[in-house]
Amino acid sequence: MIDGFLALLTAFLVLSGAGFALAAAIGLNRLPDLYTRMHAASKAGTVGSGLLLLAVGVHAGDLPTFARALAGFFFFVLTAPISAHLLAMAAHRVGYPLHAESVRDEMKDYDKRI
Amino acid sequence: MTAQMVLSFSIWLALVVLCVSFLMTVWRVIKGPTLPDRVVALDMLTGIVIGFIALIAIRTGFTLYIDIAISLGLVGFLATVAFARFVLSRGGREGPPGETAKAEMIKALAAPVPETRRSPRKKPATGTGPAVRRKAKK
Repeated sequence: MIDGFLALLTAFLVLSGAGFALAAAIGLNRLPDLYTRMHAASKAGTVGSGLLLLAVGVHAGDLPTFARALAGFFFFVLTAPISAHLLAMAAHRVGYPLHAESVRDEMKDYDKRI
Repeated sequence: MTAQMVLSFSIWLALVVLCVSFLMTVWRVIKGPTLPDRVVALDMLTGIVIGFIALIAIRTGFTLYIDIAISLGLVGFLATVAFARFVLSRGGREGPPGETAKAEMIKALAAPVPETRRSPRKKPATGTGPAVRRKAKK
């Protein structure tokens, strides 16, 4: 009974993680410029791989493995925004342009202020 | 239809979906007009490979794969940080979109070799070596 429930939960986690990864890949191809593509890759992509790792922890069914999977999940969730933010800031400072339909660039005179 | 059959079918389906998203991300790496686009796609590629590793861990039952996935995530994070520093230090040197790498290579090949050596220094009429000093004393 409990094994069947864990298997069904694992199946749900696996499918939703793969769905998030697919959504991230679609967004990476469909969005217009670098800064919007970064949203897809760093949010949906991270959640996708994190859910798949959680699925491994749930499927194993013992506490140490689940704790390791949870640690990996938190590691990804913590590091993905840092790397995305660093890359976006570097690209913006170097001068890669926003898409023409962007309505607002709050960091336009960031370099002048510091 | 037991729960194990559902799990095995959903793992197959997830493998197929991950393959599709992997190919789409590779397409962005190839096509991406600028360097940061490619870096974002490479970061995403690392995440998809972590997903593949997790699926293989579920299929084979080896939980050791979790550690491999975590270390791959660490490597991907460090690679993205290093690429961000590289983008910052390289500046916005970018050719027309589409043939950036080719234009860069042609520019690098056609550029004149920078003159590193200064013009030869004129030798002073009187040296300052020990022999000269000895001569001056006499």
